[in-house]
Parts: sequence; C-alpha cells; structure tokens
Amino acid sequence: MAAIIEVRDLCHTYSVGTPFEHDAIKHMDFTVEKGEFLGVIGHTGSGKSTLIQHLNGLLKPTCGDVLLGGESIWKDKQTTRRARFRVGLVFQYPEYQLFEDTVFEDIAFGPKNMGLDAAQVKQRVLRAAEFAGVKASSLEKSPFDLSGGQKRRVAIAGVIAMEPEIVIFDEPTAGLDPAARASLLDNISTYQKATGATVLMVSHSMDDVAVMADRLLVLNEGQIEMLGTPAQIFAKAERLQSIGLTVPQVTSLFLRLKELGLPVDPATYTVDAALKQLLRLKGGA
Amino acid sequence: MLKDITLGQYFPGNTIVHRLDPRTKLLMTLLYIVALFLCKWFVSYGLMLVFLITAVALSRIRPKALFKGLKPLLVIIVFTAVINLFYTDGRVLAEFWIFKITVEGIQNAFFLVLRIMLLVMGTFLLTYTTSPIALTDGLESLLSPLKKIHFPVHELAMMMSIALRFIPTLIEETDKIISAQKARGADFETGNIFRRAKALIPILVPLFVSAFRRADELATAMECRCYHGGEGRTKLKQLHYHTRDVLCLLLGLALLAGVIVLRHFTL
Amino acid sequence: MGNAISVQDLHFSYPPQNGGAPYPVFDGLDVNIEEGSFVAVLGHNGSGKSTLAKHCNAILLPEGGSVQVFGMDTADEAQLLEIRRTVGMVFQNPDNQMVANVVEEDVAFAPENLGVPSEEIRKRVDDALKTVGMYDYRSHAPHLLSGGQKQRIAIAGVIAMQPRCIVLDEPTAMLDPHGREDVIRTIETLNRENGITVVLITHHMTEAIRADRVIVMQEGRILTDGTPKEVFTQVELLRSAGLEVPATTQIIYELNKAGLSLPLDALSTEECAHVLYETLKT
Repeated sequence: MAAIIEVRDLCHTYSVGTPFEHDAIKHMDFTVEKGEFLGVIGHTGSGKSTLIQHLNGLLKPTCGDVLLGGESIWKDKQTTRRARFRVGLVFQYPEYQLFEDTVFEDIAFGPKNMGLDAAQVKQRVLRAAEFAGVKASSLEKSPFDLSGGQKRRVAIAGVIAMEPEIVIFDEPTAGLDPAARASLLDNISTYQKATGATVLMVSHSMDDVAVMADRLLVLNEGQIEMLGTPAQIFAKAERLQSIGLTVPQVTSLFLRLKELGLPVDPATYTVDAALKQLLRLKGGA
Repeated sequence: MLKDITLGQYFPGNTIVHRLDPRTKLLMTLLYIVALFLCKWFVSYGLMLVFLITAVALSRIRPKALFKGLKPLLVIIVFTAVINLFYTDGRVLAEFWIFKITVEGIQNAFFLVLRIMLLVMGTFLLTYTTSPIALTDGLESLLSPLKKIHFPVHELAMMMSIALRFIPTLIEETDKIISAQKARGADFETGNIFRRAKALIPILVPLFVSAFRRADELATAMECRCYHGGEGRTKLKQLHYHTRDVLCLLLGLALLAGVIVLRHFTL
Repeated sequence: MGNAISVQDLHFSYPPQNGGAPYPVFDGLDVNIEEGSFVAVLGHNGSGKSTLAKHCNAILLPEGGSVQVFGMDTADEAQLLEIRRTVGMVFQNPDNQMVANVVEEDVAFAPENLGVPSEEIRKRVDDALKTVGMYDYRSHAPHLLSGGQKQRIAIAGVIAMQPRCIVLDEPTAMLDPHGREDVIRTIETLNRENGITVVLITHHMTEAIRADRVIVMQEGRILTDGTPKEVFTQVELLRSAGLEVPATTQIIYELNKAGLSLPLDALSTEECAHVLYETLKT
C-alpha cells in the first residue's frame, strides 16, 4: 500500500508571543496508508483536534509539513484549497453547522463550492445522502425539523458529498444513544468498503475504534505515544491506562484473567475473539 | 482570530483601586468625565492628568496596557486634531491654499486630543480594575432607585451578566462554525463585497440557531434553579461602602469643584 | 422510607408542531422513586426519559394523572418554588446552564433566587464546591474549564439549594471518559454520603450498573425495572429495546449458550473474571 498522508516533523504552537502560548503538537511524524481505517485516540488536550485540522489545511503548521499524495498541501494557494476537498473533515457535533433551507441544499453546499454543475451536484447529493443514511423523504425538508440523529447524518452527507479521498470523523457518535451509534458506525464502515476511502476516526470510545480500525494512533500531550494494530496497542494496556485512557472492557477482563493465571491473550478486544479463547480453554479443561 | 478580541478586559489585582466599591468607581468615573468636559486651560487639564496618573500608579496597571487601548482610536484622535487644527478661526500663524493654522487651532487641537486620551484611559482604568460582574452589581445598585418608576433595573443587570457569560462561548462557537464551513470549501476571503456578505450566511444562520437553542435551555435551567425575577433576591457578595470609598468620592467632588473654579481663570 | 417522587397514571403529549398531530409520550405511566435511592433510567432517544425528568420539578405538568414530589403535587402553583428547590435538575449541556462568568457566582445563583442571607450563601457555595471537588476553582471563569469540571459546577449549583433529590438528564453525554467518571463519582457521593435521592438518566450501561435500581423505558412505558443484576441479565429484552449489553454479560451469555452454566449477574469486570477463572482453571 502507498502512503496517502505523510505528516513530517509537524508542530503547532497556539498564541505565539502571548502569555497563553502553548505547544499543542510537538514534532509528529507518521504516515497514513491509502484505504486504511486509522483510529486516533487520546484524552482531551492531547492534540487530536489540532492534528486533524492540519490534515486538510485549516491550520498552518508552526513547523514541519503535511504531504497529501506526496505533495505538500502548502505548495501554493490552489493546492491548499484542493486539500479541503480531498480531505473531508466532519467536526464534532457537525449538526450545528447546518444552515440551508432544505436538506438537499445543505448537502449540496460542498459540491457547489467545488464548482460542479447541477447534474453532478445532484448525483453526489443523492449518493452521499444514501451512504450517510439520510432518508430520501427528508431531502426537501428543512434540516432544522429533523431529529438530532438525522441532522448529524445530513451534516456527514454534506462532507462525503465532496467525495474526498480521505474522510476524518471527530467523535462522530458523541451524544448518540447506543442504537443510533451502532447504526452510524455501520454506515461509516459500509461507506469505506464501497468507496475505498481512507478513514480517520477520532474517538474516546475504545470499544468503537478497537473493532473498526486497522491501526490506532495514540496521542499524549501533543506527541505520538503509540502507533500500531489494535492488538499491538492493547497489549500495552497498562501504559494506556497510565496516560489516562481506558481500554475496551474485554481487554480489562482478559488482563485480569491473565493476572489470575489463565493462559489467555490480554490483547483481546472483541467479544468474539474473547469467546473463541474461552471456549478453547473450556475444551481443554 | 476571534479569540484575540478583548471586551472590557479585566486585570485581577488586590490594590486599593481594585478594592474600591464598584459603585464608588462608577461614580468616580462619572465625576471624572464631567470634570473633563468642564476643563479649560492648562492647570485644570494638568489636575486631571495628575489624578489619572496617581490612580494608574495605585492600580499597578501597566501604562502600556492603557496605551494599547488607545490604538483603535488613533484614527479618530488624529482626525479630530487635524479638523481642529485647520478649521478654527483666530490669529493666523501660517496659511497655504485653503488651510489656515491659527493659535486657537493649535490650542483646540491640543486640548481635544488630551481630552479624548484622558477620557478613554480613565474609563479603561475602570474596566481594567473592576470585574464585569462587580460592574454589573454596581450599576444595578446605583440604578435601583429607578425601580420605583418601574424601570427594569434587575432585568437589565441580569441581561448584562448573561451576555458577559456567553460572549466567550459564542466566540468559540463562531470559530468552530467558520472552520466547519471552510472544511466544506466555503470561501470568505475572495470576491466582491456582495459575495463576501453572502458568504456570511453559512456562519450566521448556524450561530443564530445555536444562540436560540442555548437561550431556551438556559431559561429552563434558570427556572429549575428557582429564578423568578428580581423580587426577594439576595446577593452572594453584598456591596459595602468603606471609609476609603467615602474619601475617594470626596476627592472626586473636590476635583470637580477645582475644575469649575479654574474655569474663571485663564491659566 | 417514603417516596421521593410518585408518578401516578401520568398522561402527557407534546403540542402539535407545524400543524401536525400532538405527539403522545405517556399514556398512563406509574412509577415511584424511593427516598434515598439511586435510580438509573435507561432507554433510547424518544423513549420518554427526558420528558419524565421534566415532570419531576414542574417544568412540565401532567395532562392527566399526577406527579407528587415529597408529598407536594407539581400542579400546585403555590408550592412551585419549594418543589424546584427540593428537586434539583442537571442537564446535558453544561454550557447552557451556567448563568455567571465566575464559578462561585454561578453556584450562588439558586440561593440568591431563594433569598438566602449573604453569609449563609457564602457557606452553602463553599460547601457545595467542596463536595464536588471544585473549591479551588471558585474564582475561575467557567468557559475555561473542561466539560467534566463544568458539569460538576452545575451539580454544585443545584446542591447549593439543599435539595432532597437531584434529577440528572444525561449529564455525561457530552463528556470524555475522564469527565464522565468524575461526574458519576460525584453523584455517588451525593447519594451515599449526603443521602440525596438521585435519578440518573443515561445511555451508558457502565453508569447504570452503579445504581441501586435500573428502570428501562421504551415508548413511554416501563419495559423492565429492578436491580442492575435483575435488569442486565435480560439480554434478549435489552437488545430488542436497542440498548447495549455490557461485554461481560455478553460473554457469559454466549458461553452459557455453548453449554456452560455461569451466573449471568457477574456484571463487573472483577466479578466476571472470578466466575470465569473458577470455571476454566485447570
């Protein structure tokens, strides 16, 4: 696989030259592979939000560079603007950015800004609405008349309608109930499989990212703490807990079983994998 | 970028100026402004200047901070100075084309600039040394006699303090909305004035929607915490006049009296 | 002990919007909350949880039936302030329930409204801030605090009224795991040490497990009601209501299906680990 995003020696300092000056990101280096699902985790203030706003050029690095497909997004003005469309960013609580009269118009805002013609815009809106799980009957309604969960889906459709190569979701399930959460994650996963897009998902919920991500990027105080597959990351569960992160419930259960003396792999994080191991033990017992 | 805006910035401290009752400071500012507008000639302006310098020194506010507050007003100050310089009749000193510089013009321009600077710096000293909440309390207390004529003093004070509470929240929210719309390719920097004005819609609509939602939730939360208007309300921090307040107010009155007396002398 | 909240045959519907039909929520709901208990209310969005919460301190009034709080009828307007003082309410978004731009002034808001004398307010504010562990932040501006800290300030603002019951409507929905844990621990302290009745509306099973009693709501009715162990062992029922089941319960449930007979009510990680260890050790 080829690298699609390369983050090179990135740092970002807020409020330079004032008493509030602080380093949100300190010299980060990593690459994201084309088509992968990367989970980004870290507690509040670890630099997650600052990092993702660099990937589509919303924030300018204090030092270092961000490369998209091998090319710096800061090469010239056009490249920076193109990065906005190549990297779709879904902010936390994105439903608060809706503003158009109808759901259709709101989803069309991004594609229109790209300068597409009406036919292309329409095609993209319909496809994005379907991927995001926006009901076809809602398209002509005002976005403000929809339920909270539906509003969020409209906002997500508004970003994926730009058909970005990379989509970044910042806490997409925050505040949703379990059923809505599961269904939205399902939509994201279907979308990725159908389009082959690269997906980055920032989340507090270890259980969500553990199941969905190919690799996890763990941030702590503006630096990369770990980067690896979920199994590799959860094998260092103690370290995660010491930097204030939780581990999936299955992982903490298996850590405890290991402590008690059962021959289990503590880097287990899904119920299915857990059952497999436990049933094997039972067979052996 | 919006975070850099300072609105009635307050520098916490524990000097005598900080500790004065907010009502005293409000009244002093009022006396100071009245005196300033009654000032004529050098001695009275000098008196005001001495008063301000003493107050600033006591407050330990760095003069740099006060001058910084003057910066946005620079254009107005220069403009009024120039107007007064060129358009005052009197003894002509120099003349070219349609412009005349007169002795009176120089005097007027000088005093006017001094007056604006003293005015702005004096009021800044008030907001720099008094927390917004203390200012609101002070204002509510000073205006309370107006309740007798059914003037909504409490409601006004409550509105002011809620506005102060929500300004940072709404600024933060505006920043977020701008970023979110930029991420969808919104362009706020190019195009003519109409295009730019139109580009504001994707920011303003979500901002208003959110402000209304917040107002609605806040109203419910306030009801839940037994808010039922100003009637029978008490205060965590009650305002008390101390000896220093009385002395300060006497000083303020003396200053005003001094300035009035000095009007009769060309000094 | 008696009931803190007693809901009898509650009927309620939201008024029609945009010319549509009224939206019915409750059609004869009965529920009692015992004084001193810690009750979690679960249910997906639209199940009526928040509407029920708003009936507990007369923000909403019943269309039929009655809601009594500590013997007071919420429809009795003469007792409105006393009802709201007795049953405090904390909402989801901490930003939208703070009135003042200094922490201690915000906590003082309710006692000020109640006409409590200044010295007494000072004492209540200090006590409330100490209880939630935010005393050191008393002169801070709320917008500079984290979500969890703001929510604890909101709780302090309610306990400064010295209520006998607190209803929290998804107080942790917008918080990170850290903030969530701080808030839940604060709520537990209020219940266990200060004897305040707590009604916690939540989506998170891990929070509900810590209550004495769990009520699961669906479409304005009570689906199931009991101790956490009684409720969370009903795996099929919870799944049908669109609720998640703790991973520990899922594992034991599936193992039982595969022929083991383990107790389903080993909810906590520790209990579950011991049950598994005892069965599977060689």
